[in-house]
Amino acid sequence: MKRHLLSAADLDLGDATLILDTAAQIDAALAGREVKKLPTLRGRTVVNLFFEDSTRTRISFELAAKRLSADVINFAAKGSSVSKGESLKDTALTLEAMGADAIVCRHSASGAPHRLAEWVQGSVINAGDGTHEHPTQALLDAYTIRRRLGRLDGVRVTIVGDVLHSRVARSNVLLLDTLGAQITLVAPPTLLPVGIGSWPVEVSYDLDAVLAKADVVMMLRVQQERMNASYFPSAREYSRRYGLDARRMAVLPEDAIVMHPGPMNRGMEIAAEVADSVRSTIVEQVSNGLSVRMAVLYLLLGGDSK
Amino acid sequence: MTSLWLIRGVRPYGEDPVDLLLRDGAIAEVGVGLVAKDAEVLDAGGLIALPGLVDLHTHLREPGREDAETVQTGSRAAALGGFTAVHAMANTDPVADTAGVVEQVWRLGREAGLVDVAPVGAVTVGLAGTQLAELGAMADSPARVRVFSDDGFCVADPALMRRALEYVKAFDGVIAQHAEEPRLTQGAQMHEGVLSARLGLAGWPSVAEEAIIARDVLLAAHVGSRLHVCHVSTRGSVDIVARAKADGVAVTCEVTPHHLLLTDEYVTGYDPLFKVNPPLRTADDVDALRAGLADGTIDAIATDHAPHAMEDKECEWAMARPGMLGLEQALSVAVEAMIETGLLDWRGLADRMSVRPARIGQLDGHGQPLEVGRPANLVLVDPDVRRVVSSADLASRARNTPYAQRELPARVVATFLRGRPTVLDGKAQR
Repeated sequence: MKRHLLSAADLDLGDATLILDTAAQIDAALAGREVKKLPTLRGRTVVNLFFEDSTRTRISFELAAKRLSADVINFAAKGSSVSKGESLKDTALTLEAMGADAIVCRHSASGAPHRLAEWVQGSVINAGDGTHEHPTQALLDAYTIRRRLGRLDGVRVTIVGDVLHSRVARSNVLLLDTLGAQITLVAPPTLLPVGIGSWPVEVSYDLDAVLAKADVVMMLRVQQERMNASYFPSAREYSRRYGLDARRMAVLPEDAIVMHPGPMNRGMEIAAEVADSVRSTIVEQVSNGLSVRMAVLYLLLGGDSK
Repeated sequence: MTSLWLIRGVRPYGEDPVDLLLRDGAIAEVGVGLVAKDAEVLDAGGLIALPGLVDLHTHLREPGREDAETVQTGSRAAALGGFTAVHAMANTDPVADTAGVVEQVWRLGREAGLVDVAPVGAVTVGLAGTQLAELGAMADSPARVRVFSDDGFCVADPALMRRALEYVKAFDGVIAQHAEEPRLTQGAQMHEGVLSARLGLAGWPSVAEEAIIARDVLLAAHVGSRLHVCHVSTRGSVDIVARAKADGVAVTCEVTPHHLLLTDEYVTGYDPLFKVNPPLRTADDVDALRAGLADGTIDAIATDHAPHAMEDKECEWAMARPGMLGLEQALSVAVEAMIETGLLDWRGLADRMSVRPARIGQLDGHGQPLEVGRPANLVLVDPDVRRVVSSADLASRARNTPYAQRELPARVVATFLRGRPTVLDGKAQR
């Protein structure tokens, strides 16, 4: 495995499978235990460097690191030296001087973790960069699919929504393709990037046309700021054409699952009765995120690498 | 003090070797076996002589960002690059939108004394795109401004662009348009295409440039004005200009060295050294730009030399300022892109880097043929050397070259401005 996890494209089939298998072993090792903690990363320091608010992702990484007995520092851009105008480079050098073994970075600018990786010795884990990637989200999604459906190879995954601005979609396309899934992207044409023709996916503008052939439907969050920028006429029209409601869910094959990276806009891209249905894996995704992030930290920082 | 230089065995435009005698700022004699008592002699065997290069598009940053470049440091970079004249863009702080500012820049250029600095005047007050600046006052000032540009911003308002094109006819000025439709490039970070989709960077579509060029050639034709288009970067732009020229529109355009050599592939590592506006495009665009420059659709190579302080480049891609250094490597890049590919010969390169840019900028003393009686503005180039670019060795105050560690052909050995050396043996003389 590479030293950093910046993109889902950094993972070949062997790496990705190893992470998922390790997550499964961690789950098995901790199942039924009263003290959910492993001593693996004792004495190692993990910094959560969050330039953008994301309570869920930060908490997930924090808990993952703590369960591996690492020391965890949360460095949020707000209320820190960053808001006083310190540069990313100076922040990186400061963390480096403090001896961070891993830096988990969330940033609103695409590529910020790539820059960071050039300035530090420790491992950089991309926890979401702008509209680029969110590789651990893709890993937890893959893990969730594998647990529910038993496999990834040949699984038909339909990803619906704002692909243009979605780091979740980019990482999922790369990782799921590596793992052998067949991917279909569904969105209004305004929310698909120019150049998508080179992606290893099918593209459809018609959600109803593809649902009957989907083993997995992954709904993407529609950001509030898209609603006023003419990507689509109104939230109501978007919801009508691209939202997953009970009627559409009924068209899915029997074992198909419904995923969402959260946070959801209930009633917008996903109806409440779908989000709360037995097909929904949304809560599982959160707990699987913990296992997968433990696996990533373990494999990047674990005993044999140093 | 008189100056007398005898340049021995130089090959004008890469043709047969001759001696050149430079006396009192002009080329006094051209011939074989020239003798001149008291002349300083420069043995130029193996070197090629070209008329001094003229840059239509330089950012000297003074006044306002002297931490990135000054007229002095930029002039030195220009002389080292073989230039004898540069046009200094107006996006300084304060903006060069009054006679006072253009005169200051012009005067600083004279004091530096390494190249002729021709200030470009802003088209609109503060580059804000709403009200015409006092173009006539700038034209009438000692700086004698003839090129006007809001470069960095597009004159997007079509009515204002029309008025500007019309107004400058009174003093034979030209509007140099930074063609970028602002609504189509909001938040844009790189060329829109396969790579922007993958890298998750907001796209700067080719059409945002082409739509403005198409509009402006139509406006120029309608009002019978001259139009110059800055840094064309796409195949479509070349096609539009070619068609406009065929239709008789008085349009000229320029291309940067970096758009002749680099592609959007360089963005992959998110290193803002490769962030520039207009953005690096595709290999297909590079091919079209080279072909357009070769066939004369594109009139000139212009550097868009854009120095930036370190902190404006050592940061996140989206936070970085766009622009790259160009003056010192422009000729080498042109040699690699145009001479080594056989697309242009040396005479052709002199036409695109000296003759035509001087004509567009109306700099009478520049871009003249290497003949007896002409101003002795010339550059001597060693075409056979290859050098690895080191950012530490640049004369610019800034370090944002995209060519660091890259091997490039050709080296400027000497530059003469009105018969006096500004560069000798590759070293600036002041």
